Amino acid sequence: MTAEGTLAKDSLAPALLVQMHDCMLRARLLDERLIRMQKQGDGYFWVGGPGEEAFNVPLGLLLHKGEGLAYDFLHFHYRSTATLLAMGMPPIDTIRQMKNTSTDPFSGGRNFVGHYAVKHWNVVPVSSPIEVQFVMALGTALAQRRAGGHGITIVVGGDAGTAEGDFASCLIWSSRPGAELPVLMIVTNNGFGISTAASTQHSEKRISDRAAPFGIEARTIDGNDPEISYRELSQAMHYVRTERRPFLLEANVSRLYGHSSSSGANFIEDEVDALTQFETRLVAQGLRTREQLETMRHAIERELLDATKQVRNEPGPEGPSAFDHVFAGQLP
Amino acid sequence: MSTMVQAIRLALHVGEERHGVTDVFGQDVGPPLGGVFTATQGLRTAWNTPLDERGIIGTAIGLALAGQRPVAEIQFCDYAFNCIDLLKLAGGMHWSSNGMWTLPMVLMTPVGSGIHGSIYHSHSFDATATRIPGWKVVMPATPRDAYGLLLSAIRDPNPVMFLAPKALLRQKAPAGEDVPGVPDDRTLSKLIDAPLGDRSSWCPRWPDTPDLLVPLGVAKTVRQGRDVTLVTYGRMVAIAVTAAEELVSEGVETEVIDLRSLMPYDWPAIASSVRRTGRVLFVNEDTEVTNFGEHLLRRTVEELFYELLAPPKLLAGAHLPGIGLAESLERVSVPQRDGIVSALRALARHEP
Repeated sequence: MTAEGTLAKDSLAPALLVQMHDCMLRARLLDERLIRMQKQGDGYFWVGGPGEEAFNVPLGLLLHKGEGLAYDFLHFHYRSTATLLAMGMPPIDTIRQMKNTSTDPFSGGRNFVGHYAVKHWNVVPVSSPIEVQFVMALGTALAQRRAGGHGITIVVGGDAGTAEGDFASCLIWSSRPGAELPVLMIVTNNGFGISTAASTQHSEKRISDRAAPFGIEARTIDGNDPEISYRELSQAMHYVRTERRPFLLEANVSRLYGHSSSSGANFIEDEVDALTQFETRLVAQGLRTREQLETMRHAIERELLDATKQVRNEPGPEGPSAFDHVFAGQLP
Repeated sequence: MSTMVQAIRLALHVGEERHGVTDVFGQDVGPPLGGVFTATQGLRTAWNTPLDERGIIGTAIGLALAGQRPVAEIQFCDYAFNCIDLLKLAGGMHWSSNGMWTLPMVLMTPVGSGIHGSIYHSHSFDATATRIPGWKVVMPATPRDAYGLLLSAIRDPNPVMFLAPKALLRQKAPAGEDVPGVPDDRTLSKLIDAPLGDRSSWCPRWPDTPDLLVPLGVAKTVRQGRDVTLVTYGRMVAIAVTAAEELVSEGVETEVIDLRSLMPYDWPAIASSVRRTGRVLFVNEDTEVTNFGEHLLRRTVEELFYELLAPPKLLAGAHLPGIGLAESLERVSVPQRDGIVSALRALARHEP
């Protein structure tokens, strides 16, 4: 059942290709802006997903966003910014979280950048501990199994996190006989856990191979190709939506600025850059010119810089607000 | 007359039928067993899980995020320690999203010693539980409070830990501490206890019990006294009362407060009693270093120092890796009646 993804022959509509490129470019430039903010002291810490845009953007375009069981429940990790942008999140909101302002709509200045929480889109709070989302996903998927319909649970983590028991829990619980769960498990495999190469710690050839003993459908794909990612995600989602069974999708991706600001956040030359690769293809196909790409880049950079300047003038949270929301509702 | 475990079962049934409980689940929680202590027999929404505590807590979190009302069980609190980060995340879900998400889940788990449970069926969890912000924590001492606290926990919009003193689970209700509306114990047993042997065609017949809601955060004074205040909860409440009775002949009248809720806790009840007596003993079973009773004692010293007539005291479990199986080992590991009597006596006789 597990196989290397192959490029299906029929190509995607040109309008979709340029839309994906626009989102990928925005996501890349947003992460680069955040890195600059961190280096300039406009934020304490950066973590994000440059190098995952070719996979994360199609994910955001394809999922069913909304609130409640009829829509997809989304358990992201801290490299999912491109997905949120593709869903329609204004980039200034990420800048607000980077700057930990009170206007940060995800955590009010409480959490690191990339730690999203969006109730009206079923984006459950992203946590810094990795892989915990793979056990929480079981609960939302169980509720959706009961509800029927086409809402599914999508859970995203990295390759290093699959060493945690929570990944095994997700495989076991999502395939309980007669109680299979509509959950799409996604592993974005960048080959590293912080500084440790996966090849020094893992002997399994493909992470997706771990699905086989549970009878779970699985694929390993080139997540650096947005067209492959779009098709494969589309198929995997369709399977989970209609069969109401789990699916494990492993996407090989790059990590272009290292783990986080703690490892320097400098561009890594020897990884595949999905964005420039895709741009070369778009130019060759006549969908974009180099001049257009340059114009777009400058316009988005300008927009993000303006947003940063605006956010600099927004207030931080009041100290005493730390005591808000410890409990929901009134204490007795 | 009910036992505490029957009271829990009745509360879960009422929770299912009237308060939106969607799932009662954990290891061996569903049929055929219905829980290792029988707390979940016959429940409509009870189901079995893999032997995976992190899966259980994670699933409960996900169910609550998806608008369900889960009650998850960890079979013994001794096996919840591999879930501390998930419990922290659950406690922080509302806060870290700046109030956006709420997490109405209940975690119930048996705690404490008193059944010769050896090293890994005797741990307490109150010190750990109260160190995880965002959780409410309750611990009943009687069937009535177990019933009423569990129903309040189910209706609360926050994660609530229901710590069940396992040594009390099978004890019958003392006078006035029964679940309202239950028949005599033989009749009740016939109605709601699963038969031995084949249970495949068995169905419980539930008595009609009311929505008794014991408010979270409100203590109960179970014995009034003018000389010493004793603050405790769970299994230690009944032991504390017998210790208090023993001192009556010596002219010492002890006020015993059953905290019932550990988080939030009823500080006004503690403070008003200590202001009257000037002497206070805190008792619980958990290990004594960074113990919840230490917090109460610290607050007593900071806020009531000039009203104290004797140094406040804590009696708690010894700082040991576990509770040894042999009776002699358990006796020296957790507070006993004799020790409570001695501590109360010393407090009462202390001359400022």
